[in-house]
Order: sequence, then C-alpha cells, then structure tokens
Amino acid sequence: MDAAVVAKDIKRTDLLQMYYYLRLTRTLEDRITALYRQGRIVGGVYTSNGMEAISVGYASALERDDIIAPFHRDMGAFLIRGITPGEVIAQYLGKRTGPTKGKDGNVHMGDLKRGIIGFVSHLADNLPVATGAALAFKLRGEARVVVTNTGDGGTSRGDFHEAMNFAAVRKLPVVFFCNNNQYAYSTPLLLQMAIRDVVERAKAYGMPGEIVDGNDVAAVYLVARQAIRKARAGEGPTFIECKTMRMHGHSEHDSAKYVPRELLEEWKKKDPILKAEQMLTQLGYGDKATFREIEERVQKEVEAGVEFAEQSPLPEGPEALEGVFASEDEVKP
Amino acid sequence: MTTTAAGREVTYLEAISEALDEEMSRDERVFLMGEDIGPYGGAFRITEGFQKKYGEWRVLDTPLAESGFVGAAIGAAMMGMRPVVEMQFADFISCAFDQITEVAAKNHYRWGAAVPMVIRAPFGGGVHGGPFHSECPEGWFFHSPGLKLVAPSTPYDAKGLLKAAIRDPNPVIYFEHKFLYRRIKAVLPTEDYIVPIGKAEVKRAGTDISVITYGAMVHLALEAAEVLTKEGINLEVVDLRTLMPLDKETVFESVRKTSKAIILHEDNKTGGIGAEVASLLAEECFDCLDGPILRIAAPDTPVPFSTPLEEFFLPKASDVLAAARKLASY
Repeated sequence: MDAAVVAKDIKRTDLLQMYYYLRLTRTLEDRITALYRQGRIVGGVYTSNGMEAISVGYASALERDDIIAPFHRDMGAFLIRGITPGEVIAQYLGKRTGPTKGKDGNVHMGDLKRGIIGFVSHLADNLPVATGAALAFKLRGEARVVVTNTGDGGTSRGDFHEAMNFAAVRKLPVVFFCNNNQYAYSTPLLLQMAIRDVVERAKAYGMPGEIVDGNDVAAVYLVARQAIRKARAGEGPTFIECKTMRMHGHSEHDSAKYVPRELLEEWKKKDPILKAEQMLTQLGYGDKATFREIEERVQKEVEAGVEFAEQSPLPEGPEALEGVFASEDEVKP
Repeated sequence: MTTTAAGREVTYLEAISEALDEEMSRDERVFLMGEDIGPYGGAFRITEGFQKKYGEWRVLDTPLAESGFVGAAIGAAMMGMRPVVEMQFADFISCAFDQITEVAAKNHYRWGAAVPMVIRAPFGGGVHGGPFHSECPEGWFFHSPGLKLVAPSTPYDAKGLLKAAIRDPNPVIYFEHKFLYRRIKAVLPTEDYIVPIGKAEVKRAGTDISVITYGAMVHLALEAAEVLTKEGINLEVVDLRTLMPLDKETVFESVRKTSKAIILHEDNKTGGIGAEVASLLAEECFDCLDGPILRIAAPDTPVPFSTPLEEFFLPKASDVLAAARKLASY
C-alpha cells in the first residue's frame, strides 16, 4: 500500500488501533496454541496466524449497528466486535462464561447483541445467512451492512454460489470476503478450482470484485470501507479476495508438511504485523517504543483473560439439555 | 374440531392462504420467500394475488436455490423478521437440508440466537407426482433437535397451525398435504385463532382401538372407522397434528383407554415417526396393552409413479380394516 494514500485516507489513531488489534489477535492465538500444547485445551485450535490483517481490516471499517458473519480465521473481527480475550479462552476451555456457555467450542462464537452471527463449521453456510440479514435491513429500510468471510475452499460450496447470486440479483447490502490462504486443510488452490484468482467467480454473478493484499491491514481496511459504503448506499454487494498464506496447519494438530517450506519462508517476510509496523514507522505514526508499549498492553490483557477463563466455572452436565428451543420472550414482538 | 356457522366454507388450500394473508396483515415482520410465489402465485396458487397486495419485497420470488433462500430466511429471522419460505414441493427440501439441520436447528442451542421462521413443505402422494413430487420427508427432520414439525389434516388445523408456526420463536416445518388441498372443506371461524403447537387431537372418540396418525391418513382412518362401526369395532382416531414435539400425553391417554394401538402413516415404514411412537408405547404403556402395536405405512421404496404402483404403495383403508380386525381378535 502506498504510504501517501494511507496518510491521506486513514487517521493515525485508526491505524494504531488496527495495529493494536493485530497484536492482540496474534498474542491471544499464540497463547491459546501454548495452552493447547500444554494439554489444557481439548478439541481443535484454529488460528488466523499470518492472516490477522483481513478480519482486523474489515471489522475496523464497520459501523456499530452493522453485522458480521465471520469464519474461523477471523479472530480479529470477534475482538473488534467486543468479544473479550477472557471470553475467547473460556470458550476454548468449555467454560460457562464463554459465548456459547460450553455448548460449542473454539471459534464457534456468536452474539447478536455484538453484531456477530455464529460461525458454522460447514464452510459457506453463513453466506446465505448473511444475505438474509442484509435482506432484513433492505426490507426495513435500515442503512446497515453485513460483512461475511470464507476461505478459498469455501467458495467451492453451492451455498457460496447461491448466496452470491441472490445478493447480486437483489442488490443486497452485503460484502463477501474471501480469505485466499492457498490451502483448504491440505488441498492446494490448484486442486480446488481451475482459475488463478478466486475473484473471477464474482463475474459470473454480475458482482464487482476486488483483489487485495490480505497481509496489508491498511489496504484491506480501505477496500472494505469502500465496499461497505457502496453497500450502505444501496449499490449492492462486492466480492473481495484477500491474498494471504496460512502459516500454521489447518488446526494446531496439523503439522502442514504438505506446504512447501520455501513458500512459508517467502510469506514470513510479508507478515501483517511487520507490514503494519513498517507503514506506521514510515508515516511517523509510531516507533519501536510505541510497538513495545502495545505489545506489553496486549500481553497483560491476554494474561488477564487466561486468569478469568481458568477461574470460570465449567457448566454442569444437565445444562446439556437446555436451550434446544427458544422461548417466546426471547424474540422481540 | 371447532367451526362456527358465521365463517365461510374454505378448502384446506384456502385455509393456508388465509393464514398467510392474516398474519402478513397483522405483523409487518412476516414476509414470504420462494420460487414462483410472486405474479404466478406459487405452483399450487397458495399466494395468488399476494404480491399485488403486499409488494414484491414481502412476496419475494427467489432464484432456484433452496439452500440459498432457506439460509437467507434464517439470517432475516435472526434480524427480527418472520420469514415464511415455500418449498415448491417438500421433496426439494433435501436441497436445503444442511441449512435446516445445521444452521436453523442448532443456532439457538449453540449460541442463543432464536430463528423464528416457517418452511412450508407441500408433501405426500396420491397426486401422480412420482418419486420427486410425492415424498413424505418429515422423518429426516424428526431426528434433528431444534426443529418443530407440524402436519395438519383439516382446514381448521391448517389455518390454526400455520398461524401458530408463524408466531413461534423457533424454526417450524409445516407439512401441508397436497392431496388434501382441494379435496376437503370446512367452515372456519371468522375470528383470529391458533391451533397450539404440541397438541394432538382426538378426531374421533372410540373405545376399542387407537389409530395414531397424521396428515392425509387421518381421513383414511376415519373412513375405516365408519366401516368398522358396523362390525362392532369402535376406533379412536388420534391426529398427532404436531410431530415434534410429540404430544405423548394425548397418545398415552388414548392407548391406556383402548389398550390397543395402530400407528398409521404415509411415510416409509422403517425409521418413520411410527417407529418412535411404537417405542414410546412399549416403554410407557406396556402394562395396559392387550395386543401387539401394529404399524401401517408405505413400503421402503421411493414413491412410484404409475397408478397401480402408487396405489399399491400408499396405505389404504383396507389396510386399516385388516389391522383393526386382527387386533380386535386379541
């Protein structure tokens, strides 16, 4: 991203805020990985390591009343929408204080009060759901926008195509992100689709598409902001492909030996935190002391989160029976 | 069954239309989505004239993509709307299976998000529809916690259950029987009413054998009951109306009275809802049974097309007669 453009279009405080969330996401997910390696977390651990700029970028471009339907590489968006590190760790530990009270694990968090539609493992399932939320806003004449995200693999699902098509036909206020991190579990892009850029899929639906450097938080933020503005103005959906690389395995149990080491080495140089620091330094928005200060702050927040989660109670067995059906008083008349 | 002379006589199909119309007038959150429901009025004309009255956004024609529009209904429901989606035929619900069972059914349990929506599913055979336009897919969803399932057999129940489904805070699949659409009529109350979800109804009180059934098969049971009266066998016909959650109490009460049970449904026999009802009776009413629990259901094949094949496939009144005579001998 050209520094002059960033200087003109993004406020210093906003960019520093994004940097803070990049660091918080990285530190939190590293800490969760450490807990997993110590055997303190049961179940899978899915991180956005090396891809933090995507969800931090798009979530920073949203208004308070907007809605996100994130996927499992979007920890930054959860944090920006107000899920605390303590709640995330509690969720991983299956504690009652996690957003799902132990009913679901890891990144399967949702909370409508904070504008988050809960993630479903079946990739792309939440894309039609996102179009429906956008349809509700359109029906009621509300200037609200939905942002959703899926991976390169998720774009092979029928639900991706059904959602893209419906959103385009009805010009719904929704922005579709695609985290193209080159691998869907172990399947490389060339075995996933016969096109080089996922963005080509958008053409089939008459939807504008953009490619952006997914490791550049400023670039993601600007392209997201533009698409969100368009959606809010009633100009319909946009598809945004973020080029990035999954630096860890699909889940932390996966050593990802199928990924060539040279590829990872190459992408390491393009680390989103490194890039953000370079940009902040170049613009004179921050220096090593600023970065250290933020690092210390997020360390403290994450450790406080670990403490909160570890001290939180586990649910009682019979709570498994609660909540299958909603009661009338939960739905506003 | 309650009716008042003040009302107009309507068909089962018109009862469904009336419920939709009244709920849309009553509550602006209610809107419809589906294929060809707009200017065309739907494959069965349930929404004829609706788009003129409510506009093209509240009677929304969708692309041919069941998973996509069911998913969209889920999203709209979570944002406070009350979508009612139409499957052109219940058979096509398989295309939306994942959205229904994984997203709609589990959202509230997982993270507390209510999904107040209705899926209308025109189901059942006897209309020369063949394997893709005659299915009874309720069994698939019976096994998915988080969904409510209803299947009315009369115009009164069709209207009242659809209104209850629209007002329910959960995803409800509304199985409307195509064979009944224009074949049965009733005078309905003019005032607003609902039929509560979760309540079965004894459609015919009897003393000798309970026939537990739902949908179009209710009429088969009633027809058989008339014949059997002449033979001194008095059938009680229990219409489940709601399949999930099952009204166990009404079923148990009936069987405790008659001591004999026939379970009748149009769905395939193996793994059908009848299997669950039979198990419940064996668990809860064993002491009062005077004979085996019998099931009458379609064989385990797809619904065949050709008339003699479909006639063979569908349960018949003669099947009920034979089962009742057998049970009466115990």
